[in-house]
Amino acid sequence: METPMTSPSQPAVVVTGLNKIFNHGQPNQVDALVDIDLEVQPGEFISLIGPSGCGKSTLLRLVADLLEPTSGAVTINGKSAHQARVDQDYGMAFQQSGLFEWRSVERNIELPLELKGWDKAKRRERAKEMLELVKLPEFAQHMPWQLSGGMQQRVAIARALASHPKLLLMDEPFGALDEMTREHMQAELLRICAAAGTTVIFVTHSIPEAVYLADRVVVMSPRPGRITEIVNVGLGRGRTELTREAGEFFARVTEVREALRGIEMADAARGIEDR
Amino acid sequence: MSDPVVAKRSGRGRRIAMFVLAFVLVALAWEGYKAVGPKAGGEIFGMRILASTNDRAMPHIWDMLARYSDPEIRGGTETIFVVVLRAAWYSFRCSLAAFAIGSLLGIGLAVLMARFRTFERAVMPYLVISQTVPIIVLAPLIFSLMAYQSRDLAGETWLAAVLLGIFLAFFPVAMGTLRGLRDTPAAPLELMDSYAAGWWKTLWKLRFPNAVPYLAPALRLAGAAAVVGVTVSEISLGVRFGVGRLILSYGQEATSDPPKLYTAVFGAAALGLVMAAVVLGIDRLLMRNRPPEAL
Ligand SMILES: Nc1ncnc2c1ncn2[C@@H]1O[C@H](COP(=O)(O)OP(=O)(O)OP(=O)(O)O)[C@@H](O)[C@H]1O
Ligand SMILES: [Mg+2]
Repeated sequence: METPMTSPSQPAVVVTGLNKIFNHGQPNQVDALVDIDLEVQPGEFISLIGPSGCGKSTLLRLVADLLEPTSGAVTINGKSAHQARVDQDYGMAFQQSGLFEWRSVERNIELPLELKGWDKAKRRERAKEMLELVKLPEFAQHMPWQLSGGMQQRVAIARALASHPKLLLMDEPFGALDEMTREHMQAELLRICAAAGTTVIFVTHSIPEAVYLADRVVVMSPRPGRITEIVNVGLGRGRTELTREAGEFFARVTEVREALRGIEMADAARGIEDR
Repeated sequence: MSDPVVAKRSGRGRRIAMFVLAFVLVALAWEGYKAVGPKAGGEIFGMRILASTNDRAMPHIWDMLARYSDPEIRGGTETIFVVVLRAAWYSFRCSLAAFAIGSLLGIGLAVLMARFRTFERAVMPYLVISQTVPIIVLAPLIFSLMAYQSRDLAGETWLAAVLLGIFLAFFPVAMGTLRGLRDTPAAPLELMDSYAAGWWKTLWKLRFPNAVPYLAPALRLAGAAAVVGVTVSEISLGVRFGVGRLILSYGQEATSDPPKLYTAVFGAAALGLVMAAVVLGIDRLLMRNRPPEAL
């Protein structure tokens, strides 16, 4: 495996002994995550994959400090997750683009910067830069509903990257896109993140997507949610469309698929798209 | 059909045409019934529900319209048209004030209710009950309270009318806004959370814009409610300059001069129409740049 640009400094994300139990002590108690340990290096791309309900979104929310862990800790660049959220150290993107329909594309991208108190000129400039990055420069003044789903998703990614966060958290961001757009977006995402040296944790249901994007694929199993295997992809940087046809790529896809099969749950296959 | 701008324009033309047509139809129905209906009124199944069609009960429409150019009082210089117009303008300003203040009050209450659950629990039942009190009762009550407070205020009957307009207008706005603030989807809320945005920032950037599509229809109700509140309390208090007062006094002359009453009634109707136009303008302004299906 070609190691990503690891600096001698601390890891980007450290998750130690993380547990999350919903509705503790009640009949509807759910052990969403049990004893999760994970260390992500700066600039590394991590894919999270696993059957529906295995706690991928929950793990992402815990890293984002949108949920309180039952026990354990999350550290982002040496800070507590809470401090990282307050400092807007990470950007987030979800399956639904979640754009504000009353704001133009440009002003959607400016939202995080507004909340950081940037002045208008600086925001405009950054929004312009981000729109170039996601290849939508002529759509600054459009309203979100005037764009296609894929374009909206690109705007959402531009918004997530607007404040140049070191860490990007993505929960099935391409789930609603068609296959062609999806592959295109994957390549774009790799390009953007490589350019900015962004660390990414990326939740997906698609095995090829997970492998194509990631340095490491983290495979999870449900009830209780835990990490069962971590697959080193080792396809190197500078992946192209040819990567998708490489023998090594298929070898990794098979490895991840077998790791998922290994999850001996009756409903293990539910929610996994093998495409 | 493919060009939305053209579609919009022809839609507007049709709407104006329909509006005029509706007037013509009402006028035709009026004159038609007057031509064929029983002169002294009639009964159906023993109930007197057919209006009598004599000129005293149902004046001709042209007689009503003709009255506008007559002097208001015998030998006076001002025409009825001028008097009605001035009264309607006066009531319109009262209604507009009631609408504006009532809407702001409603929005303020909704924000407080959305922010503080205890506030909602304490206040909501009273708000609901308040709307069940008949305003005919309320108008004199407010007025006597004002008179009790100060002799000077007792002269300002218009203030009581505006207060009543506010009283009716704030409620739909408060309910609509509250719903909009509450119905904010979880995902964008989570996004604001991820920016560590506080409640008031989230209100301003997310919840409030999200409530706008709920606010627009509420404002329409509030506009109508403000007009009703103002004119009805003008009638029940006899506010000196309003169109409600005009209806009251022309109504008293109706036995000798039936068409005159209708000149004031049309004035009140025009007032309502202008208010509706104002609210529609606000609606358009608020909903510009929104997805078309939300309109
Ligand atoms: N707020 C909550 N309250 C109670 N239980 C929850 C809550 N959020 C998630 N859960 C439970 O935690 C478990 C993990 O949920 P999570 O959403 O993290 O799964 P996931 O891996 O993202 O699934 P999917 O692939 O379908 O998105 C599920 O069993 C779910 O029912
Ligand atoms: Mg999920």
